[in-house]
Amino acid sequence: MQPQIFNKLSYFLPETVLIVTLIVCILADLILKKKSVIVTVIAIIGLMVSGYFVYLQYELGDVSLFKHMIVIDPYSIFFKFLFILSTIFILLFAVSSREFKEGDHKNEHTYLFLALTLGAFLMASSVNMLMMYLSLELVSLTSYVLAGYTKKVKRSSEAAMKYVIYGAASSGIMIYAMSLLYGFTGTMNIYETATILSGIGSTTNPMIIISIVMVMAGFGYKISSVPFHFWTPDVYEGSPIPVTAFLAVTSSAAGFSVMIRFFATTFLKSFVNVAGAWQIIDGIKWTEIIIVLSVASMIIGNFVAIWQTSMKRLLAYSSIAQSGYIMLGLVVANQAGLTAMFVYLMAYLFMNLGAFYATMLIANKLNSDSIEDMKGFGYRSPFVCVAMGVFMFALSGVPATAGFIGKFYLFSALIEKHLLWLALIGLLNSVVSLFFYIKVLKYMFLMKPDEGYDSKIQYGYGYYIMLLLFIVPTIFFGIYFVPIVRFAEASASMFGLK
Amino acid sequence: MVQFPILGIGILSWIVFLPVLGMLAIVFIPKAYEKSIKYVALAFPILQIILSVILLLNYNKDLSGINKIEGFQFIEKVSWINIPAVIWEGKVNIDYFMGLDGISLPMIILTAIIGFVGALASFSIKRNEKGYYMLYLFLVTGMMGTFCALDLFLFFVFWEIMLLPMYFLIGIWGGERREYAAIKFFLYTFFGGIFMLISIIALYFSSKDPVTGMHTFNMLTLMNPASIDPNSLLGGVGTNMRYLAFIALFIGFAIKVPIFPFHTWLPDAHVEAPTAISVILAGVLLKMGSYGIMRISYPIFPDAAVWFMYPMAILAMINIVYGALCAMAQKDFKKLIAYSSISHMGYVMLGIASGTAIGFNGAVFQMFNHGTITAVLFLSVGIIYDRAHTRGLNDFGGLANKMPKYFAVIIIAFFASIGLPGLSAFISESFVFLGGFKNETIRVLTIISTLGIILNAAYILWTIQRLFFGTLPEKWNNLTDISGRELLSTVPLLVIIIILGIFPTPFLNLMTSTVNQLVNVIWHLN
Repeated sequence: MQPQIFNKLSYFLPETVLIVTLIVCILADLILKKKSVIVTVIAIIGLMVSGYFVYLQYELGDVSLFKHMIVIDPYSIFFKFLFILSTIFILLFAVSSREFKEGDHKNEHTYLFLALTLGAFLMASSVNMLMMYLSLELVSLTSYVLAGYTKKVKRSSEAAMKYVIYGAASSGIMIYAMSLLYGFTGTMNIYETATILSGIGSTTNPMIIISIVMVMAGFGYKISSVPFHFWTPDVYEGSPIPVTAFLAVTSSAAGFSVMIRFFATTFLKSFVNVAGAWQIIDGIKWTEIIIVLSVASMIIGNFVAIWQTSMKRLLAYSSIAQSGYIMLGLVVANQAGLTAMFVYLMAYLFMNLGAFYATMLIANKLNSDSIEDMKGFGYRSPFVCVAMGVFMFALSGVPATAGFIGKFYLFSALIEKHLLWLALIGLLNSVVSLFFYIKVLKYMFLMKPDEGYDSKIQYGYGYYIMLLLFIVPTIFFGIYFVPIVRFAEASASMFGLK
Repeated sequence: MVQFPILGIGILSWIVFLPVLGMLAIVFIPKAYEKSIKYVALAFPILQIILSVILLLNYNKDLSGINKIEGFQFIEKVSWINIPAVIWEGKVNIDYFMGLDGISLPMIILTAIIGFVGALASFSIKRNEKGYYMLYLFLVTGMMGTFCALDLFLFFVFWEIMLLPMYFLIGIWGGERREYAAIKFFLYTFFGGIFMLISIIALYFSSKDPVTGMHTFNMLTLMNPASIDPNSLLGGVGTNMRYLAFIALFIGFAIKVPIFPFHTWLPDAHVEAPTAISVILAGVLLKMGSYGIMRISYPIFPDAAVWFMYPMAILAMINIVYGALCAMAQKDFKKLIAYSSISHMGYVMLGIASGTAIGFNGAVFQMFNHGTITAVLFLSVGIIYDRAHTRGLNDFGGLANKMPKYFAVIIIAFFASIGLPGLSAFISESFVFLGGFKNETIRVLTIISTLGIILNAAYILWTIQRLFFGTLPEKWNNLTDISGRELLSTVPLLVIIIILGIFPTPFLNLMTSTVNQLVNVIWHLN
């Protein structure tokens, strides 16, 4: 058994690189004893090397590691790329974050982010419920620390506390549900679970439905889906902005990676036909549960966002709504839906990180993230605000942005499956969302700055380049979306599920 | 395939994307030369006019268009999005496909003219000129693109992208309640857009190109009944799903026209928008809705189109009469013109609802005429507002002596708006009524709609009386008459109005074969 594990270690290189980088970062931090960009540079190089090894895995096809604990497949590789890209961006965020600069920490955030990425890697590739739970906990525990990172700020500590309590409750419920499933089937491996469940024939046992709902408590908490979203606004508001961005993008994508794999494997009878439609086990109608959660997330997220006055809280509710949109792709239960979710996640990476970055730049200068305070900011710093405009329109799904392409693919998948009413609900929601996204722009451009606060604000060129890194893909993939769609289609294949 | 290239790029791409070049030019104008921005911005609409004259001169009026690619001219068809097949999904193929026929050419000419007039009228903008002209040029690109696109995806992108500059143009440079008006406009149109999007996606998945066997966004292919898969969502003829899809498209277009009961955004947007933007709104934007119905809804859903002609005629009638009645009740000059637009767009809708060649002819011609006439009227409102800073009709009187040139300009536009013989709108309105009368099912509705003419004359004559006759209030003793720049923006339009009123044949000939083809497609005559 041991030789087998060691043989497979070479497949575990990306994760190993992350662990080594993490340790090097800690050592560097100990040696330097002060805030330094060097640690960040080391971390970014480590991530890139890890990304290179992920790229090499592409040729492997499907591999199962460590006695079917984790797998390597195009599906997990897609998410690993997503995590690496977003973590690099967030490390760059952290360099320019005022909250991080003024805090009394040195470089701890760097290796905490790396640990989070490691957890996210494992989430995307685990096929065993225990492994899923453990990797999810790794991400959660590190997130708690990061949420309370600026420990002298009262709100930050409050955020961390709330996050811990909600997190503990959710994961407790999830592990209980998993134990129920284990009691029912006698296995933790999701593929074996699927075989056993479909062997039973038509399953109407209420326990399975109950355990699905309870498992959703854990996943829903990670992707901040209604009704497990209550922590989101408070934690987003209290945490430093890079951490918030991390929670909104990386952590939420990690939640999706494990959730999609769990549902698309555990409750499928037979694996995909040529048309790409999944065959759900009779009697276990999990897609209906997803529909309810998705619609609730869209509606609550979008409508509550209208009344928000803080930019971070607005983005929090927007993330809740966006999770609702992404879940729509799971509802259709076919490969086209999966592709659409991938396309959306990629678009979401750029536009949402961009929105957080622009928010951070503005908040750095204003020392506040209240939308009211951004009055007339468009005249004080046109470039940052135009960038914000691009991200807001992209998030609401206006054409010629990547956000539109994401929505277009999602709703196409729904309409192809004749779920017209669901598509209509989703699209009507995007009209509602436009209302609050544009509210931000209203304050920035339609209102004039107050007397005495109308001086021009200059940022260094580095910041503009960073913004361009988000703007260019957001617009380019809106006009020419072949690359992201092809990448998504190539990745929409899970271990044993093609 | 690119026909009629200039420097290797098709002429339609030039005319659509020239303003984008203008935007780039404006970005790089340094602060010291800020005064030149407006002239740079003006240059691009002039270039567009030149290009549209070239289009007009090279246009072959015998070709028909609508559903046959051979009938289109200045075609540009280049693969845009091409995603090879994966097992579970067909290939995705979206073309950058543009072309002109007899109903889009008049709209291109109109957009070029109004784009120029609007840029000239923008000279009174003093705040943030850089941003203003960039957004303005972006808007022109969106409008041109919408009229050129022959691929539904491309059409939708142009259609929606226009909202962004419009929102800021109204919201930043508008009147007192500009924020409200801007968001109302944006939300209304975006709301309509989602119904359109659902319909477009449903069409996409129902289609199967007979040649390639793939789904398609190509409008011309979708018009071919053979390319709709009979087992799909929108398969068959006259099914409920097809009717619903027609309604969804119709809502998208009706909000833009605007057709009662979707019209409430229009008075707000018009009143709050700066003059140039009102001119663009009334002159071009409203036409996109009626154009869309003729270009997309009718030929793709001929079965539903025939069924919905009667309800559409009812809405058209309401638009005509209700719009005129509302106009009559207004005390604000600009709001009056806004409501008169609703009434006049009702004529367009009546012509479209008639389903006859002469009705369509009248509708397209009315679209053009309404564009030119309302542009003059909004410019006139702007002229008086710039001087008096009020638009209250009851605040004025006796201006005829004080501003004789202004009076001359506005009186021609007013009479054209009434439909006085010898001016362009007379021809188009009579064509619309002839068409409506020819179609027996909507004959009664047409007769009721003629009431609109009387109401129209009533409120316009009353407006003339309130503005120009009687005694001049003392506070207006120092009003100056119309300036050279203002004459430059209005007189060309008046010339067009008069020429088309006296000798409309060449213009009508441009669209005749296309309109006949549209009738053939709807009634399956060939």
